[in-house]
Amino acid sequence: MEKKKHKSSVMEKKKEVIAGLENLGVGIYEQLDSGYFPFITMPSRSTENIYYDPQFRQYILGDKNVRRSARNIRHIKPFTQLVWTASFSHELTSQRKTSTLRDVYYSAQAYDMTFKDQQESNNIITDLETVLGLSREDFNIFPEERSAVFGDLTIEYTVPGYEGKTLNLTSHPDGVLIGPALTSAEFAKTTADKVIAIEKGGLFTRFIEENVHKKFNAMLVLTAGQAPRATRHFIRRLNGELNIPVYIFTDGDPWGMHIAMVIISGSANAAHLRELNTPDAKWSGVWATDIVDYKLPSDPLDEVDIKRLYELQRDPRYKGDPLWQREIKTFMKIKKKAEQEAFSRYGLTYIVDEYLPEKLEEKK
Amino acid sequence: MAQTTFEEISASDFFYRNRDLAGFTNPSRAIFAAIRELVENSLDAAESLKIPPDIYVRLSYEGEASKETQIYKLRVEDNGIGVPPRHIPSAFGQVLFGSKYKLKQQRGTFGLGGKMAILYGQITTHQPACVVSSAGTAKIYMYKLMIDIQRNRPLILDRKVLINKTQWRGTIVEFHLEGDYLRAMPKILDYFKQTAMVNPYANLTFVDPKGRLYKFTRVTKEMPEPPKETSPHPYGVDVELLQRLIQITPYKNMQEFLKTHFHRVGEITARKFLEFSNISPSKNPKKLSHEEIVRLMHMLKRFKEFLPPDASCLSPLGEELLKAGILKELKPEFVAVNQRKPSTYAGHPFIIELGIAYGGEIPKKGSFLIYRFANRIPLLYDEASDVSVRVINAMNWRRYKVMTDMPVAVLVHICSTKVPYKTVGKEFIADRPEVRREIANGLREVARQIQHFLTRREHVDRERRRLGVFSKYLPKIAQFSTRLAGKEKLPDIEKLLKSVKKFGEKEA
Repeated sequence: MEKKKHKSSVMEKKKEVIAGLENLGVGIYEQLDSGYFPFITMPSRSTENIYYDPQFRQYILGDKNVRRSARNIRHIKPFTQLVWTASFSHELTSQRKTSTLRDVYYSAQAYDMTFKDQQESNNIITDLETVLGLSREDFNIFPEERSAVFGDLTIEYTVPGYEGKTLNLTSHPDGVLIGPALTSAEFAKTTADKVIAIEKGGLFTRFIEENVHKKFNAMLVLTAGQAPRATRHFIRRLNGELNIPVYIFTDGDPWGMHIAMVIISGSANAAHLRELNTPDAKWSGVWATDIVDYKLPSDPLDEVDIKRLYELQRDPRYKGDPLWQREIKTFMKIKKKAEQEAFSRYGLTYIVDEYLPEKLEEKK
Repeated sequence: MAQTTFEEISASDFFYRNRDLAGFTNPSRAIFAAIRELVENSLDAAESLKIPPDIYVRLSYEGEASKETQIYKLRVEDNGIGVPPRHIPSAFGQVLFGSKYKLKQQRGTFGLGGKMAILYGQITTHQPACVVSSAGTAKIYMYKLMIDIQRNRPLILDRKVLINKTQWRGTIVEFHLEGDYLRAMPKILDYFKQTAMVNPYANLTFVDPKGRLYKFTRVTKEMPEPPKETSPHPYGVDVELLQRLIQITPYKNMQEFLKTHFHRVGEITARKFLEFSNISPSKNPKKLSHEEIVRLMHMLKRFKEFLPPDASCLSPLGEELLKAGILKELKPEFVAVNQRKPSTYAGHPFIIELGIAYGGEIPKKGSFLIYRFANRIPLLYDEASDVSVRVINAMNWRRYKVMTDMPVAVLVHICSTKVPYKTVGKEFIADRPEVRREIANGLREVARQIQHFLTRREHVDRERRRLGVFSKYLPKIAQFSTRLAGKEKLPDIEKLLKSVKKFGEKEA
């Protein structure tokens, strides 16, 4: 891999973010200075403006725009909050500091810009993402939830104080947090030839203990439930920059299936963003058919599970690969679900020794 | 065999035995009634001269009477017309003697309020009353007297004539009575406040037994037109009144009799009525038999062509004074008043005056503050039974944007030659359809005005909030965008703020 090119890509991105924020500021400043009420136009995020794009293999926003004007009494407060958030993000990115959603919520109070609640401040951050076409992590605002990665990849930090320092991601047996420092790091070198994303912490630890990373030459990523955006972006980079396939293991139920789908095709909530999904990633299990084939201990599907299955059946993201519809139908037929841990009935190492090789083989 | 004895009792003896009728029910009610009766006499005495009243009331503690009651000395001083010296003993020492038996609007109607107070004082403390009066002449007359209850006669204990060096005019009444001031206090203070409200041209001073001074100062010297005396309207007479009129009339034929003694009956109306009732115009009224008098009364009520009574015998406060009174006592943000045109019930003319006020010193208490007045007397008891309260409660206030939890006061004043009190206690107005209709119509009128005020206020509030939002956020947008754009100088937003303001003013 070409180390240099990637390094510059991270730095380029930072420049682009700062320029985007400054342009926004200049635009508003100039409108004000010439005696006009400033306004901002951005794509509408209302449900009727969200479309599934088969080409990008993710949700995208349509052509509808909303105009937020300081002239409008109902807009001026969120408008001000947006400008404040932009100015705060600009400060973060140019000083190369990071912040969390919660932190932003509290920081606003120092400027007499109190948000009503966390939700309001999160919405404004999403607005800023939409205006700039960037994700919040780009302007250094991160969510609280953290997932982890483990495997033979050496990264090179770009965060202040660590520039040029490297770390091998096998250094810590619990895995390394996918946080701001890691997501902004360059990939230096690796021996891995695949990525295995795992829904649950228990199994992630089991895989490390069983040396799955060595046996299968794999990077292990813990999504910890629905994968945070930073993690989705990180998986995409592993896939794209290292050019290695991604396999996703989740619980065998509609919810697990959808965790895999969001990594592959993104979410409607992030339709205004790009480069969070990994269209070529594969869902490797636990399938409904696995429950039958491997005679896994299972629980009956309950009402919400069934309801969710019907929703997913109609979801455009589930209409590409015939695998999805087949699995949905199987779930509906057997009316059973199984967790990843269900393999333990065959002993602690069965999943690694028997199931995993077969599944990886299958998906190739 | 039991023997039944029949005895004649005097008027004062009657009221002595039935003092509940006049409101002297218990020690707390009695002290309130005593103050009220004397203050009202004083107000009338000043108004009859068209002089703005100055009334001074002092209640002082004199000692313990029993566990619950005390003995007080009540002194009421006014600047009124004064009582002619020869009438003083009877005016204050003889029940049912007085000037209040003619038909015009007056505060009392029994003619016994003041005397009842003195009578009550005498029976509870057995002390004489002291009356000092002068019409502003060279002499001041001072009487110390008691009432001979059985004979209804004044007993003069002492009489003095003093030289009136300062040309003082007015009346002072001072006597002792038993009462319970502590329990009566809230009502007494309410009474003064409300009296001040409908008598904005009066100075009222009250010193209570603890030495606390309550002062209600006049805001105007304008006074309402005093009422004129009138003869009774044919619709309002009864047999007794007819008999009295027949006794005193100098006329010897029905035509003249009707023309002279009845309100709004002229030559033509009298003739038409006599035709209608089949009575000869030349018949001598003094020769009417008892049956004929009863028939005459019924015919009077049945004849449709009598003109309604006019209101010259009434003395409403007028919209200006009503407004001044409300502003003075409640200091509201808004007040609307309405005087209805004169109307009649059962041959008695009446006028309804209404006021509505918002905010200021009016408390928010979950329901309206209701002030009721009859002939400028505050009605303080039995609010729930009053017709005006019923009308107020039946109104759809929501339609007028008025909510019951708003600080709203409603004032209803009825003036009439005969206020339709429901009971002898004279504390609430009976539900007469004519009265009810006038109150309801007047209420709608003032309600429309308060609606206008509330709508406007809401609008101004909204505008103020709107301006507040712009002037809060625009500078912040300027500040943050300057920083974000990396500029030094803040953009000039004065013009924008001004444009918002101009826009707001135009709307408001």
